[in-house]
Amino acid sequence: METTSKTIRKHSLEKLYASLAENRKMYAPVAEADNRIGYKYNPDFSEVIFDHIQSTLSVKNVVFPRVENVIFYTNNKNDSTVTDVDLNKIPEVVLWGAHPCDTAAYDVLRSIFCWDTKDEFFAKRLEKLVVIGLACHKSDAHCFCTSVGLSPDSTKGSDILLVPLTNGDYKAEILTEKGNRILTDFSGLFEPYQDEETKLTHVEQQFDHKQVTQHLKEAFENPFWVENSLRCIGCGACAYVCPTCACFDIQDEAKGKNGKRYRSWDSCGFGLFTLHTSGHNPREVQSQRWRQRILHKFSYMPERNASLGCVGCGRCSRACPVDMNIAEQLQALQSI
Amino acid sequence: MINLVSRADELLESKAVQVVIGYEAGSTGKARPAFITDPSKTGSLIFDDRCVQNLAVYLTKKEVRYFGKAAIVATLPIMRSIMMLISEQQVFAENIVVLGVSAEGKYIDIAGIEVMQQYIATCDLGNPAKDQETLAMLNKMSTQQKFDFWQKELSKCIKCYACRQACPMCYCTRCAVECNQPQWIPVQSNLHGNTDWHILRAMHLAGRCISCGECGRACPVNIPCHLLTMHMADQVHNYFNVYAGTTDKMSSVMSTFEPNDKESFIQ
Repeated sequence: METTSKTIRKHSLEKLYASLAENRKMYAPVAEADNRIGYKYNPDFSEVIFDHIQSTLSVKNVVFPRVENVIFYTNNKNDSTVTDVDLNKIPEVVLWGAHPCDTAAYDVLRSIFCWDTKDEFFAKRLEKLVVIGLACHKSDAHCFCTSVGLSPDSTKGSDILLVPLTNGDYKAEILTEKGNRILTDFSGLFEPYQDEETKLTHVEQQFDHKQVTQHLKEAFENPFWVENSLRCIGCGACAYVCPTCACFDIQDEAKGKNGKRYRSWDSCGFGLFTLHTSGHNPREVQSQRWRQRILHKFSYMPERNASLGCVGCGRCSRACPVDMNIAEQLQALQSI
Repeated sequence: MINLVSRADELLESKAVQVVIGYEAGSTGKARPAFITDPSKTGSLIFDDRCVQNLAVYLTKKEVRYFGKAAIVATLPIMRSIMMLISEQQVFAENIVVLGVSAEGKYIDIAGIEVMQQYIATCDLGNPAKDQETLAMLNKMSTQQKFDFWQKELSKCIKCYACRQACPMCYCTRCAVECNQPQWIPVQSNLHGNTDWHILRAMHLAGRCISCGECGRACPVNIPCHLLTMHMADQVHNYFNVYAGTTDKMSSVMSTFEPNDKESFIQ
């Protein structure tokens, strides 16, 4: 679809938000009580923020929730009954004000969840989702979108991208059919875009991801991994705040006769990762798990999914309790 | 920190230790753990207000152990952690050299476990003042208010287990939550599962927590989970008059019986 550019005035944004909220769930960024930025369902427009750098958690939970029920079951005396989850009950959601790194992450997740067999939970949630992205006019030292082929105004993954203008209004780039439908439904709120000046942040490029991918092919046995991950304590913070990490665990939980099977987030940083039932683990120490994390995102995914597994949001580096700064490490890997 | 650097240098040079665990300048103005094996690199060791992580967590880490004998930069909480780890036979005193740092950030010579024990005995072992204040505020709340406070905080938990991994006393290679036959607590990260996890963690650390606050610092979503274990430390002190990590022969308060134990809580 050809991109259409429109202008939406600041006062019209609230109307657009209210109109969309009439029959959809809104998911938008707000300032949390503990000074973090978080996303919440159906906040009042007055709570929604437009000038944040980054939320602590990504927005992947909209399509890949922390806990997704897969089946429900009842064990009777002689038989068991299994009930599927009714996917039609998945609500229509508008993700509002997510930054381009987060929206681009949906493409990465799609390349994982819909790689061969389509994951019906993920696919349904994505189908019911409208993404209204917000280009960045602020960034910090942890942002590195420009090093992974994105930019503060990347349109990837957005249906509509709002780009802040210096006059306080927004340029609205209509990018997909879903976006076009919103433009048609609420055409009165949009005006022609007249080359007004946009306000964007500058994110310095820190490394060349193609070069990293190239060097990683030869780096499997490099002492780099041990040297640079001795301080890693093996928690899942990096994976859980990551917008593209897609590992999950499957568990059954029962109460009496009734139970359910669900999947919940998991991490390659944990000691149980790839542990065989024999007790053997091909990745028995933390450096091997850290190597897996980097190789998965920067080597295996470009090779198999034709997409990088990283969008440069910098959340893992912000969340890491021991300063495992991923951009710093990738920069070093570029020249090993 | 000239003394710290020269002592580290000396220890590595004489091969008395194979690795020095300390702090170095990290990225974006942070300090981070450093593992120095080459005496010519000891100059990168730093110690300042940013150096708060409990480094004792690395003493039980496989890849750090591979080096051999370790010297570790240790403030009071780290010294107390070392005492607990020795008491629980996770590390051996003869494999560790302690590079002491006082509360004022000055190098102190800790020539052996006895010296460390004497030093610890001179220190205030209660919870840090700021946390004690918050605990006092929480203790004044009604049961319902306390419950609401924790439900709100624990609803944020994503079960990344950073609290567990950052804790020197959580050294189990297979945590109770990683068993699913049986499943001790719900694995899922919902309010029920999160609450169970934090209660389980606090109970497992009762009498073992040395009030370093590392779990709370490590939490990516700012849950003050260190208050739970610090509260247990407080309770253990009130009931048994014991602070964790004062000697290398601590008996586990929660799994030993002493004839003079108070039993007021089971009346």
